[in-house]
Amino acid sequence: MVETFASIEMPVDECLEIRKKRFLPEGPDNKKRISIVTGIHGDELEGQYVCYELARRIQEHKEYLTGTVDIYPAMNPLGIDSITRGIPGFDLDMNRTFPGSMDGSMTEYLAMEIVRDLEGSDLCLDIHASNIYLTELPQIRINELHKEKLVPLAKECNVDFIWVHGTSTVLESTLACSLNSRGTPTLVVEMGVGMRITKRIGNQMVEGILNVMKKLGIWTGETVKAREPIISEQVEDVLFLNASRSGIFIQETRHNTYVKKGQSIGKVVDPLNGIVLEDVVTEEEGLLFTIREYPVVEEGSLMARILKMEERTAEEDGEEGSI
Amino acid sequence: MEKKVVYELESLYRDNFRVTGFSFGQGEKSLCILGNTRGNEYQQIFICSQIVKKLKELEEAGRICEGHEIMVIPSVNPYSMNIEKRFWPTDNTDINRMFPGYLLGETTQRIAGGVFEAVTGYRYGIQFPSFYMTGNFAPHVRLMKTGFEHIEKAEEFGLPYIVTREPKPYDTTTLNYNWQIWDTQAFSLYSTTTESIDEDAAENMVNAVMCFMNKEGLILKKVPEGYRSQIIDDSELAVVRPSRAGIFQSKIHVNQRVEKGQKLAQIINPYDGSCREELLSPVDGVIFFVHNHPMTYANTAVLKIVPSE
Repeated sequence: MVETFASIEMPVDECLEIRKKRFLPEGPDNKKRISIVTGIHGDELEGQYVCYELARRIQEHKEYLTGTVDIYPAMNPLGIDSITRGIPGFDLDMNRTFPGSMDGSMTEYLAMEIVRDLEGSDLCLDIHASNIYLTELPQIRINELHKEKLVPLAKECNVDFIWVHGTSTVLESTLACSLNSRGTPTLVVEMGVGMRITKRIGNQMVEGILNVMKKLGIWTGETVKAREPIISEQVEDVLFLNASRSGIFIQETRHNTYVKKGQSIGKVVDPLNGIVLEDVVTEEEGLLFTIREYPVVEEGSLMARILKMEERTAEEDGEEGSI
Repeated sequence: MEKKVVYELESLYRDNFRVTGFSFGQGEKSLCILGNTRGNEYQQIFICSQIVKKLKELEEAGRICEGHEIMVIPSVNPYSMNIEKRFWPTDNTDINRMFPGYLLGETTQRIAGGVFEAVTGYRYGIQFPSFYMTGNFAPHVRLMKTGFEHIEKAEEFGLPYIVTREPKPYDTTTLNYNWQIWDTQAFSLYSTTTESIDEDAAENMVNAVMCFMNKEGLILKKVPEGYRSQIIDDSELAVVRPSRAGIFQSKIHVNQRVEKGQKLAQIINPYDGSCREELLSPVDGVIFFVHNHPMTYANTAVLKIVPSE
C-alpha cells in the first residue's frame, strides 16, 4: 500500500508529495513496526537500492512478515529529482529542520509531518550515504545520550562499525535526534558515497535490516548472522586527516583496509606543474573507514578518518566479517 | 588606515582566498565590523565599503578618538561572491554556521577559525548578516537572548527597531553568538535589502553605525540622533502566511502603516491570473518584513507586522 503522508501545493501546477510504502503481514500481526528512511539528502542514493531490494525481498516472501514495515525512499523528493543535497529553492539542509513546526515555513511543515508519521516506530533506520566527497565504511552513528538503548539494536544491523559520538547542539535539529528524544529509537546509517549506488554494501545493509527485523519479531525468514561491529566510544579513537594543501587528490590506499603508521593514504598533486604538493600520511595505525573520493581538494578538506586500532583476526571479525 | 590580510588560503587554480581587514586608529580593540559572510550579501558589503570610506575621511581629518582601534572587514567570503554563489563554492557550507571555527578542521571551519581569531577581543562587534528567506526588512538591530545581550547599547544605533529572540540550536555556530560568548558585545544589523543595493538604506545604516561610534566616544562627528528604537521580541511580530502557493503580488512596502483587515498582498494563479488568496492584515501596525520573490510556497512567512501598541 502506497500512502502519501505529506503534500503541499507548489506555485506552478505541481504538488509536492512525500510517500511511503507500507507492508502489513498476511497472517497474525504482532503490532511491531520498523521504518526505513532515506533520501533526506538528495545527493545520497545508496539507500535507494536498499529500499528497492528490501521491498523486493519482502514481496517475494510475504509469509515471513509478522509486523509492519514502512519504507520511505524519498524524504526530499525535490532534492533527489534535481541532484540537490538540500531542499531546492531554500538552499537548506533538510536534516537541520527537525522537528519542524505546524506554523513554520513549507520545510518546517514537511519536517513536522515526517516526524509525526515516524513517531511510534519500534525502530527507525535513517540511511545516509556520506556525501559526494567521502566514501564511508557501512557504519551506524549514535549520539552518546542514547547509546544504552541503541547500541544493542545497532549490533544486529550487520554494519562494520558503530561510532558513538558526543552531543552537539547543532545536531539537535536532525531527524534522528528529534525521534530519539521522542522515544522512537532511531539509528543513523552512513554507507558508501554520494551520487552512486554500491550494490555490495546495499545488500549487506538489507541483510542487516532483515536480521534486526527478526530480532524485533517482524520477520520469521532465514537471516544471516550479523557481523561483529567494531565499536568506538572515545573521541580520541578516531584520527582525522585533513589536506594541508589545495590540489588534486590521487588515492593510494584502498578504503576499508588497515593502515600502518607512516603509510601514505594518497597524494595531493598539482597537475599544472606536475609535482606532488602533499603526501597524506597517517601518524597512527588503524582501520581506514573514511576516504576522500572527490579529487578536487582544498586546504582543510577531510581526506580520511582512521579508527586507531590493531588489525583484527578473522575470528574477531566473525564469519561474515569483511575486514 | 592599515590594510591587512586577516586570513588567507591557497587555491589550486584560483587566486588565493583572502579575508581583508581595514584598521583605523590605534589602541584598545574597540569595534570590529563585518560585512558579507555569504556570496549574495551585496547590500552588506556595500554598507561596509561606505563605512571604510567614511572612516578613512575621519582618520585623515584626525577625528578617530585616541586610544581606539576600529577594524572593518567588508567581506569574509569574496570567493562565493565572485562566482555568485551563496555558500562556500566547493561544499556549499555556510561560513556563518562554522564559528568559532577550528584551524585544523575542514576548509570553512578554518576560515571561520582564522577570522574569529582576528575579530575576538574587541569590545563591540557589528555584523551585517542576511535572513535565510528572501525579503525586505525595516532596518533593525537583532539580538539573541544569550544572557550577554546589551539592549541599552543597541539603542545607540538609533534604528527604528530592536528585535530580540531566543537562540535556536543552529544559532550556536553563528559569529554573533560566539562573539557574545567570548565577551564581545555583538549586534546584528539588518538593512532593507540583501541581493540588491539600496543606496538610501545603506546610507541610513552607515549613519546608524556612526551614531553608535559617536556615542561610544570612538569618533568625533556630528551625527543625527536617529530613532528612539522600539524594542520588540520576534515572537510578538504578527506573521502572515498564505495557505496557497503562486505568484506573490504585494500591495504594500516596508515601514508602511496598515490597519487590521487591510489587503496586503494576493496570491495569483500563474496560469489564468485569477486570485487564489487575499492576504489581509491581522492587526493594526507597521510592515516590518515583506517577501520579495515573485513566487511563494504555501505556509511561507511572507509578511511580518509590528503590532501597534
